[in-house]
Amino acid sequence: MLGLNNRDTRFFLIVIALTLFTPFLLQPFPEGSAMAQFNAGYPDLMQRFAIYGIFAIGFNILLGLTGYLSFGHAAFLGVGSYSAVWMFKLLSLNVIPGIILAVIVSGIFALIIGYISLRRSGIYFSILTLAFAQMSFNLAYSVLTPITNGETGLQIRLNDPRILDGEGASQYTNLFGLDMSSSFKLAMGDYVFTFNAGYYFCAIIAIAAFYLSLRIFRSPFGLMLRAVKSNQHRMNYTGLNTRPYTLAAFVISGMYAGLAGGLLAAMDPLAGAERMQWTASGEVVLMTILGGTGTLMGPILGAGFIKYFENIFSKINDNILHAWFSALPDGLEGFLVTIIHPFVGKGWHLTLGLVFMLVVIFLPGGLVEGGQRIKTMFSRKKNSDAASDVKPAE
Amino acid sequence: MGILEVKGVNKRFGGLQALGDVNLSVAENSLHAIIGPNGAGKSTLLNCLVGKLIPDTGSVMFDGQSVLGRKPHEINQMGISRVFQTPEIFGDLTVLENVIIPCFAKRDGSFRMHAFESVANEAELVQKAQQILSDVNMTDKLDMHAAALSRGDKRRLEMAMCLVQEPRLLLLDEPTAGMARADTNNTIDLLREIKEKRDITMVIIEHDMHVVFSLAERITVLAQGTPLVEGTPENIKGHPKVREAYLGETQD
Ligand SMILES: Nc1ncnc2c1ncn2[C@@H]1O[C@H](COP(=O)(O)OP(=O)(O)OP(=O)(O)O)[C@@H](O)[C@H]1O
Ligand SMILES: [Mg+2]
Repeated sequence: MLGLNNRDTRFFLIVIALTLFTPFLLQPFPEGSAMAQFNAGYPDLMQRFAIYGIFAIGFNILLGLTGYLSFGHAAFLGVGSYSAVWMFKLLSLNVIPGIILAVIVSGIFALIIGYISLRRSGIYFSILTLAFAQMSFNLAYSVLTPITNGETGLQIRLNDPRILDGEGASQYTNLFGLDMSSSFKLAMGDYVFTFNAGYYFCAIIAIAAFYLSLRIFRSPFGLMLRAVKSNQHRMNYTGLNTRPYTLAAFVISGMYAGLAGGLLAAMDPLAGAERMQWTASGEVVLMTILGGTGTLMGPILGAGFIKYFENIFSKINDNILHAWFSALPDGLEGFLVTIIHPFVGKGWHLTLGLVFMLVVIFLPGGLVEGGQRIKTMFSRKKNSDAASDVKPAE
Repeated sequence: MGILEVKGVNKRFGGLQALGDVNLSVAENSLHAIIGPNGAGKSTLLNCLVGKLIPDTGSVMFDGQSVLGRKPHEINQMGISRVFQTPEIFGDLTVLENVIIPCFAKRDGSFRMHAFESVANEAELVQKAQQILSDVNMTDKLDMHAAALSRGDKRRLEMAMCLVQEPRLLLLDEPTAGMARADTNNTIDLLREIKEKRDITMVIIEHDMHVVFSLAERITVLAQGTPLVEGTPENIKGHPKVREAYLGETQD
């Protein structure tokens, strides 16, 4: 189906199902229960899962296939957001033109930055991309204020021209009249599931983005990118010019980042320079490595994992901890709260850092490798069971 | 006029004259061996042919066109493939993928944005790659990671990667080093067979005299960066200068 073999088709269908059922999957605990804290089925958060998933999928095409580690991809994310907001201001609050422009502009940006940075490889390449991104960040804050609106960030206003929007057009970002913020709530007993238009818009684009990356992974082009990672020297003496391959990968991943930036703006029409900061560039590196560099599923898992930590663990405060352990004796309760306190709330970075270190040391292939190990563990068990079943019969 | 004409090539590395006024003419469809003691400049000469090094002076013509100033991938696309002294393969990829890549390079040129095709659908290329791998007796290792191969197998793989491109000029830098005797004999047979089957010129650097004398039609002896003598295997075998400079030093 769709130019995929059976195994990939099955894999792709699973990804589609998981994406479409996310509003259910992320609400495993009933409202009002002590564990409801860990539910993540909010429109805002689900949108982020999809958007950062796209960002990381694109980043993985560069890092995972060619091995080039960019520390400046947040610049493309930011450029995408600015472009989209400008479209919302000038043309229409319909998100389509904004997102298209976000992809185009970030692609052009990536072409320029990639063309220069790819003259070097290894650490020098990383430093060049970092320098470009920091330069963009600082320019957005200072010289480019007329375009970026400096520290305040670029926002939509009532008196924006929006020449394509008619009289009665929505005052919110929308898709042909369907507001991105509109949601439908489904209550089933103690459970409440939220189906948000914005999430499904992002999810469908994320599925398309995933499909594209799957095709690239299986294509001759993808094979060439893996060859770049493996041995550029051999490639050159085999008659292949590595530069256009790496540049194409760089531009594609930059466009993915721009798409993600455009979607961020489409969900919340605001673009600020901090989106381009090096910490944001570092985050997508963490996502990709945490999930599993060079694997198809890894970047999505990594993005989901980090965004979940950022939004859920950071909300757990001492009051919640006390409520959890209230059944325990006072001394023990206080002790547990003190122990856990540094790891939650503002300390979520600490927990994430520890998890990241553990993964890198024990699972160099990321969460995907973890999943595979568990799978082989089970299948080996099954096999040995089967083997022992057979023996008595003989 | 040979297909490969090297004229007056000099190459210095700091104070070391690695190549001194090298002249070499390789006739089309011949098998030309270059022998010489360690450090004679044999690999350096090949480096000058494939664009890895640029000679200080002199000219290198392939089929009437200069290769100097061209990038390695352009030189390969002219029809020159090279097997390196230390195997250069794609270690992270499978053996089959290693051979499919040169097939693409040959068919599609130095760059093509084939992002929406599928490698699995390229039945013709895959078959071609499998065929050449069976020629070098590696059919049982198609799905192995190339990095996990033995040294001799890496060499055979690299040779397959070059042969599958059907180059007009094949440069082999010690293709049998690190191979077991049986594999060396297979390699000799393979190279001979390929030469019989199609038009190809080969330049082979080899320390193993058994290989050299079984294959070569002409031999150039290089010593301290300069060609000492050139001739047929019979000429070289008995040549007193060669014995002195080279053969006397080896146990073969
Ligand atoms: N890139 C380089 N920089 C400096 N010196 C070099 C370089 N490449 C080769 N040399 C030197 O040039 C001389 C010739 O080296 P070359 O590798 O061509 O010898 P060779 O004939 O291939 O020897 P071997 O049989 O050991 O492979 C050696 O002394 C070597 O140390
Ligand atoms: Mg050598």
